[in-house]
Amino acid sequence: VTGHHPPVVDWATDFDHADPEWAARAPEIWDELRQTCPVAHSERYGGVWLPTRHEDVSAIAYDTEHFTSQSVLVTEGRPFQPAPQGIAPPISSDPPFHHGARRLILPAFSPKEIDKLEPFTRDFCNELLDALEGRDVVDAAKDYAQHIPVMVIAKMLGFPLEDGDIFREFVHGILESVDLPLEDRMNNFVHLDEYLTAQVMDHVDNPRDDLTTYLLEAEMDGEPLNPEHIGGTIVLLLVAGIDTTWSAIGSSLFHLAGNEADRKRLVAEPELLPVAMEELLRAYAPVTMARLVKDDFDFNGCPMKANEWVLLPFPAANRDPEAFERADEVVIDREINRHAAFGLGIHRCAGSNLARMELRVALEVWLERYPEFHLADPDAVTWSGGQVRGPRSLPIAIG
Amino acid sequence: VYRATPSPEGDTVRIHVDADKCQGHNRCYSIAPELFDVDDYGNASEIGDGIVPAELQDKARLAASNCPEFAITVEESA
Repeated sequence: VTGHHPPVVDWATDFDHADPEWAARAPEIWDELRQTCPVAHSERYGGVWLPTRHEDVSAIAYDTEHFTSQSVLVTEGRPFQPAPQGIAPPISSDPPFHHGARRLILPAFSPKEIDKLEPFTRDFCNELLDALEGRDVVDAAKDYAQHIPVMVIAKMLGFPLEDGDIFREFVHGILESVDLPLEDRMNNFVHLDEYLTAQVMDHVDNPRDDLTTYLLEAEMDGEPLNPEHIGGTIVLLLVAGIDTTWSAIGSSLFHLAGNEADRKRLVAEPELLPVAMEELLRAYAPVTMARLVKDDFDFNGCPMKANEWVLLPFPAANRDPEAFERADEVVIDREINRHAAFGLGIHRCAGSNLARMELRVALEVWLERYPEFHLADPDAVTWSGGQVRGPRSLPIAIG
Repeated sequence: VYRATPSPEGDTVRIHVDADKCQGHNRCYSIAPELFDVDDYGNASEIGDGIVPAELQDKARLAASNCPEFAITVEESA
């Protein structure tokens, strides 16, 4: 869906995260910029900065004084819900509002709560693979990875489980159409909004034990949440939870399908999976966040202007040789690994425990069923553009 | 270094989580649930007085060296 802008010629002065070349080889682009630039700038989208060193990415992630989170997707538009709440709290919220909005949702994503969802997730992963029995080649992105987070978040929100395909399409449209003019992008939001309104109204009439009812009944500072807050948080849980984990599962299977030694080691030593998973999250971190510059501000010699975007490529920070030894290699048993795949600072991914559970279960179930597999056609693998990076077509031979 | 260093013999090791730095990544809790606990918000804390039994000292160092926020200190005294 991306690629509506003219092609990028110079990545240091005119980069574009929707350019097809970014989709094809973003990690190399980050590595090249880190050695030469290391903070790139582009006039596109009304001005965007792109730090590539771990030190710069983390400094901006921690700096809520000079940067606002009120919009975290770099698009042609600017936020239409003001700070401090923003369009999808708490990811779009700034302190002090952020703290309360985040505390509302964190308990639902604590390790102990997420553990309860593991049997459901494992059964669903097995069902997905049951449906693929008898095939020699499967698309591990489309036939397997993409369905897992959709099903789990639908269950958490109490949405009809069979609606997964509907809202996955909306989410995908929102994340991969960032270079369209705002009015064209709005179609995705209108469809999503209509769908969510119907689901929320159903929960108003029939309250039940799920996250949607929890948000409808929740209070912040003694007041019920406003409708924009409830709707925005539901949008966040859908948007943030779907393409991201789909990407992490797909990237991990991509790596194992293309690296026989790592695959064989994980099959032989399943107890290594928690360590290996963190390394795959470091090396293939899916999520690049963003901030807006609050006021004109000099960041390490970069003259940032109010209302310019800053992309926060956590996957680029994870490949910085100043922060990690052998940063550009996958060291499957890497023991020391302070990776930033789930962000740094107050906006650490609220769903990180859920994402890790889904990734671990998805890999365990796949490796038990298919210990032997390889890329069916390496040239047919395609990667997403925009701020969430992962394989979107991933033919794997399992026969 | 990407590997943890082995523990010197006979030291007293004490861990501490800085609550202001912890953002709830839960890496310590997943590496060493014997030494760390997390609350409903994901905030980690050391269990008890933070003194680490000899057989868990390597795990304590591993947990500290995997914290993305550099929130865990490991104090070693002979």
